[in-house]
Amino acid sequence: MAYNLKEVVATRPSRFSEGHKMCAGCGAPPVARMVLRALKPEDHAVIANATGCMEVSTFTYPYTSWTDSYIHTAFENAGSTLSGVEAAYKSLKKQGKSQEDTHTKFIAFGGDGGTYDIGLQSLSGALERGHDLTYVCYDNGAYMNTGIQRSSATPKFADTTTSPAGKVIPGKAQERKDLTEIMVSHHLPYVAQSIAMTNFKDLYEKSEKAIYTEGPTFLNVLAPCPRGWGYATEDLMQINKLAADTCYWPLYEVENGVYKITYKPAKKLPIEEFLKPQKRFKHMFKPGNEWMIEEFQRIVDKRWNELLRLEEMTNKD
Amino acid sequence: MDKTNINNTTPMEDMTIGGTIYNAGNSREVKTGDWRSMKPIWISEKCKQCGLCFPVCPDNAIPVGKDMKRTDYNYDYCKGCGICAKVCPFKAITMTEEGVE
Amino acid sequence: MSIRERLSGNEAAATAMRQINPDVVAAFPITPSTEIPQYFSTFVSNGAVDTEFVAVESEHSAMSACIGAEAAGARAMTATSSNGLSFMWEVLYIASSLRLPIVMSLVNRAVSGPLNIHNDHSDAMGARDAGWIMLFSESNQEAYDNLLMAHRIAEHKDVLLPLMVCQDGFITSHSIETIDLLEDDVVKKFIGAYKPEHYLLNSKEPISMGPLDLQPYLFEHKEQQAQAMRNAKKVILEVADEFEKLTGRKYGLFEEYKLDDADVAIVCMNSTAGTTKFVVDQLRKKGIKAGLLKIRVFRPFPAEEIAKALSKVKAVAVLDKAESLNAMGGALFTDVTSAMYVNNVHVPTVSYIYGIGGRDTKTDDIEKVYNDLLEIVETGKIDNPYRHLGLRTKGAEK
Repeated sequence: MAYNLKEVVATRPSRFSEGHKMCAGCGAPPVARMVLRALKPEDHAVIANATGCMEVSTFTYPYTSWTDSYIHTAFENAGSTLSGVEAAYKSLKKQGKSQEDTHTKFIAFGGDGGTYDIGLQSLSGALERGHDLTYVCYDNGAYMNTGIQRSSATPKFADTTTSPAGKVIPGKAQERKDLTEIMVSHHLPYVAQSIAMTNFKDLYEKSEKAIYTEGPTFLNVLAPCPRGWGYATEDLMQINKLAADTCYWPLYEVENGVYKITYKPAKKLPIEEFLKPQKRFKHMFKPGNEWMIEEFQRIVDKRWNELLRLEEMTNKD
Repeated sequence: MDKTNINNTTPMEDMTIGGTIYNAGNSREVKTGDWRSMKPIWISEKCKQCGLCFPVCPDNAIPVGKDMKRTDYNYDYCKGCGICAKVCPFKAITMTEEGVE
Repeated sequence: MSIRERLSGNEAAATAMRQINPDVVAAFPITPSTEIPQYFSTFVSNGAVDTEFVAVESEHSAMSACIGAEAAGARAMTATSSNGLSFMWEVLYIASSLRLPIVMSLVNRAVSGPLNIHNDHSDAMGARDAGWIMLFSESNQEAYDNLLMAHRIAEHKDVLLPLMVCQDGFITSHSIETIDLLEDDVVKKFIGAYKPEHYLLNSKEPISMGPLDLQPYLFEHKEQQAQAMRNAKKVILEVADEFEKLTGRKYGLFEEYKLDDADVAIVCMNSTAGTTKFVVDQLRKKGIKAGLLKIRVFRPFPAEEIAKALSKVKAVAVLDKAESLNAMGGALFTDVTSAMYVNNVHVPTVSYIYGIGGRDTKTDDIEKVYNDLLEIVETGKIDNPYRHLGLRTKGAEK
């Protein structure tokens, strides 16, 4: 059935309740809410959450924003915690011990800190073992919960509290880790990169595919942070669009090894368009720092071209 | 959903063990509307019900009925971020300072 | 009718796990507990159990997966040793705070560094405040029996805490002993089905677990855990009574061996108790009134009962197989002396650190401890209360 935004919102009530304490304008709640809307209304979900902004703001005792079952244990182990839940489900079903007549789906949410960095091992293990779960990384490109420290998802040159742009060192010295490609290397049935854009079609369809593909699946979703990136809260959707239109954040999916770029901007915008509205890149626009923008552009182009090649290569036969 | 009957005066004997909460989605009892410094105003006459503002609200403060139409804001939760006003192609949402009519 | 089998301590633990037939086992290899998941995965491969075996990529994930499984509404078990337990440290606290009755078989081994694969109790001592019930086992039989009682204790509604059963790495884990096993169906009946009240997989009651628990709440949640730990004492004894009716084997919070009329007593845990019993018998033949208090239940710590049991002896030595590096004595020593102090029992008591990194503890060593105690009784002097057994030094330790 073709995607219809209005119908999805009207017929699939939010499973991520209001009253949470995420910052005004945070990019993560619209993502989490749309991912969960991809669940069939009759299905139950168990959600595991890595420690981070989302966890501390959505389940502060005695209030929870989750209408499905939810578990948070620690920072680095959403993957392994959820793999235990999934193993229990399998075991109880197999033994006929479960009274449940509903289907249960297993979804983990983790920020980039809990996914790219401290939780990478636990995630990799869970995926390699083939648990039937979907891991969703909401990538805001730094440790925002603790006050904007650099992570391995932080882009080069970004000014964070542990990669400050100073007189000698111009922000983060290293390139971002490409986690989505690391996930592809696990040979999963489904891996995708998405963003909340315009009518959320891309995100919804990828979420649905990820959740209802049997086996371990992974979604990497860019989720801007107005505080950490330094832009006005109202600009969320414009920032997202620029991330996609500059190819900073390519939207693509890999289904059983076959690449498909799901959004090719009609006109690929120069990277300045994405960098300029964000304070974390402000120093790059000082006279004499043009080389930084050029280098950033080279990094983006290189990755985008690689992706185009991968798409072509994997669709040949 | 039962109202959450735990607060900072609840004796330990009446608190749930392990910090587990059995009333799913009870954060609805927490009204975050008082965070707001800017307030979105929905101008229904200009609204074409295109739906673009429906999913962008981080706080689920735009009620959408079964008829696939939005109604006025749920100001109990709206934090005034302004994302909805910015995505509206028809200028049907304006931001005003909270407390100023 | 019981079955007699020759089993190593690890085989005994794995056999108990087979008979328990948990829903999920998540484990990671580490010497000397590796054999437990090895044997167990063979049971899984051969269909001898219904368990989902999760071959995790680390001990941290083993405990995390156990937490997930138990929270989901399943019985989850694991086994580990040494650094494996250290690596779990963070999640051990989370398991107990979420009130999940996970059961672990801990095969005690020295914690790095430097690296050493042999037995001492530094792994368990590092986790002693993690909110886990901790049972210690002198022999393969006790390791087996303690595991059979574990779920009944941990899952009791007044308790709901995780539980670890300790045994000595290599000394019992790799030594073969003849032990009495229960029949599979007897075990199944004794343990019963697991029916948690609230669990993640219940779609009719979705729950949220593991909140951010701020200043108004964490104190009360911790006290709930503390009360559960105190409640565990009674439950442990009730379960032991039932187990005795089933097997004839009697278990308490600790075992008193020739302690009632003893002048000098040793307090210790796990396999050293076996060596000590032998020495007690030898000394008794010589007319020396030696006795032993062997701790079975280390957490909850039976303070009042221990103080009472030691109240009539004239000198006590507490043997710790872990160096607490606190400049005042072993962890068991500080617990025992504090138990005596608050219960108004004043008996000269000394700490011995022994057996570190698998250093052999022989009957001569134990005999030396009793002789030292006799000297304390005779002279009334302790000199140094923080002593070491079997440590090489220049001249005698003072």
